Amino acid sequence: MASNLPGSVRQFGVALRALLVFTVALGIVYPLVMTGVAQALFHGNANGSIVKVDGKAVASDLIGQAYTMDSGKKDDDGKAIMVADPKWFQTRPSASSYDAMASGGSNLGPNNADLVAAVEQRRKDVAALEGVDPSQVPPDAVTASGSGLDPNISPAYAALQVNRVARERNLPVDKVQQLVQDSTEGRTLGFLGEPRVNVVKLNNALAALG
Amino acid sequence: MSDTAAGLLQVGLLLACLAAVYRPFGGYMARVYTSDKDLRVERWTYKLFGVDSKADQTWAVYARSLIAFSALSVILLYLLQRLQHWLPLSLGLPNVESGLAFNTAASFVSNTNWQSYVPEAVMGHLVQFAGLAVQNFLSAAVGITVAIALIRGFSRSKTDRVGNFWVDLVRTVLRVLVPIAVVGTVVLVAMGVVQNFSGGHEVTSVVGQTQTIPGGPVASQEVIKELGTNGGGYYNANSAHPFENPNPLSNLFEIFLLLVIPVCLTRTFGVMVKDKRQGYAILGVMGTIWAAFVFLATLFEVQGAGTATRAAGAAMEGKETRFGEWASSLFAVSTTGTSTGAVNSMHDSFTPLGGGVPLFHMMLGEVTPGGTGTGLYGMLILAVLAVFVAGLMVGRTPEYLKKKITAREMKLVSLYILTTPTVVLVGASLAMGLAVARASILNTDSPHGFSEVLYAFTSAGNNNGSAFAGISANIPFYNTALGLVMLLGRFVPIVFALALAGSLAKQQPVPVTQGTLPTHKALFVTMLVGVVLIVTGLTYFPALTLGPLAEGL
Repeated sequence: MASNLPGSVRQFGVALRALLVFTVALGIVYPLVMTGVAQALFHGNANGSIVKVDGKAVASDLIGQAYTMDSGKKDDDGKAIMVADPKWFQTRPSASSYDAMASGGSNLGPNNADLVAAVEQRRKDVAALEGVDPSQVPPDAVTASGSGLDPNISPAYAALQVNRVARERNLPVDKVQQLVQDSTEGRTLGFLGEPRVNVVKLNNALAALG
Repeated sequence: MSDTAAGLLQVGLLLACLAAVYRPFGGYMARVYTSDKDLRVERWTYKLFGVDSKADQTWAVYARSLIAFSALSVILLYLLQRLQHWLPLSLGLPNVESGLAFNTAASFVSNTNWQSYVPEAVMGHLVQFAGLAVQNFLSAAVGITVAIALIRGFSRSKTDRVGNFWVDLVRTVLRVLVPIAVVGTVVLVAMGVVQNFSGGHEVTSVVGQTQTIPGGPVASQEVIKELGTNGGGYYNANSAHPFENPNPLSNLFEIFLLLVIPVCLTRTFGVMVKDKRQGYAILGVMGTIWAAFVFLATLFEVQGAGTATRAAGAAMEGKETRFGEWASSLFAVSTTGTSTGAVNSMHDSFTPLGGGVPLFHMMLGEVTPGGTGTGLYGMLILAVLAVFVAGLMVGRTPEYLKKKITAREMKLVSLYILTTPTVVLVGASLAMGLAVARASILNTDSPHGFSEVLYAFTSAGNNNGSAFAGISANIPFYNTALGLVMLLGRFVPIVFALALAGSLAKQQPVPVTQGTLPTHKALFVTMLVGVVLIVTGLTYFPALTLGPLAEGL
């Protein structure tokens, strides 16, 4: 019977059955089985590496957050303008303001005038906050990451913030430096990627001190 | 350790891993496509499909099966999106609007994975894992079937049969893609990639602000997104997102995954045509160009040209701290040399020439080493062109792998090579001529704006999927135009490639004589590198001068 049908009609019948079989196997069975395996083997990772402080979920170890406070001023749209909270280590600028449901970068080009202005403003702000010369502010402190959720900063930017955080929290500089050290990772295997400080881990460690 | 030493070791480790699997995996794939035994599960599958696995097809039936399968895939994926609100696990998201649903369906079926939407805000879990991820497997497999059919064109003689599309498809999925995907998923979760069905996890940070941590079966999709050179991110930030690519080790693993099949298919080719040196020669061409592009992209990014880049002190806009310039450049070149289009950094914010490198790399037609299957058949077609050019120089009838390259073969090769540049350049010109399309440009204050449009059409026509993402592509014009460009750029060349396979398979092999051009030696490798660069260069040079070259020089 089937062999009497014109070739292309028959191919469409095969195609439809193939597509349905593959959708069930690859679209339903595969992700369900893999989720089961992942949940059993690596429960914490599979669920987003959520960390708790005092029993409450405060962050994912992998997703950056904004450590800002209300400046009391409003922008043109009536939204509160947020500024760096000096008691905490600061993450990088973010095109999505660390909204984890809207990841992404600024996509501003290398000669974009708005980006030049934003970089210069950030440099001034960071230098003022840390009380250092603007030339000491490292590149990652003035550029937005690709994901908008970068949890890391460079060791140079972390070092720049140590004195200010210690002062604000009345902690010895040594102690803060030790916490930074604990949240620092070198290059993986000594040569993969870049050295970095996880600000989420670092600030959670500060919070745990009380 | 200095940045340069670390960066070079990183590239070295990647190459060592690829070298380690090259022979076993390439040889394994050759056995997959030459064995006449079906696994038991495959026999059940063929029964369900209603196909006779022993019946080989002519190139025309092979092509019709492939087109029918892909056309139905577009329709199913379109419907899934249009109906998502009424289906389970939509996360409460509305039905996807028609233009966007067409664009996305065309995009995922053509192995492009261009995304003109923000996934977190548009696609629920069901569309992602039962629709998009399924096409991540299938579109990758479709590409491989075409490469295998073309190899058979060279390895078979005096037959009009090039294989059975359904058998090649099923074997690719079951014996090649799924086993690696299963292992790869576990590896990625071990490194920190998420794998759950949660709709989001609300946390309150230590400063009292709330943040919703997204969920999803990401690892199982991430692995096939790279392995199948698809590139469509579960999240908007793609492989820059810490949940898709949490650390430098996962980054290297993902680059390995997106290169492994295209690289090892050259071995499969060598084994199937019974001359492994031919595979090495093709790999040599791919590797030479890839390495040169990695060098250039890294050089430009480390130099850090551009007013904004210099103001910041380094090209870190759009890059993640954990990856930096080296690992970002390596990813950018690998994702555009294959048809992947995943990104671990935002190409739009690369330095003027650094961003031009991935753009030019796509323009080569993604043959270095190219997408799964597409890279190999694209490069073999360029190799035919190279022997033709060499034949013209010495006045002999050109031949490649003992097959004569006659007028019919050259017509098919020419049509194949012309298709993609035509749709890319016509599309980009049309867009620049329309005010509504120009209004989507983000970086309007320099030639960079034109680069965004050129990048979009180049990415669509070559089925890459990466973007100079500043462009607001989710408007009816781009959704329609790019959707059509993706389908034409994918399926028209496939038909020409299969026709070439049919034409070659019919021939009787010609004996190798003293006058035959050896196609496994350095001379031919050099010649083919030249052909790849010159053909592309001549086609796209005017467009490049208006974009990245105008901005960077």
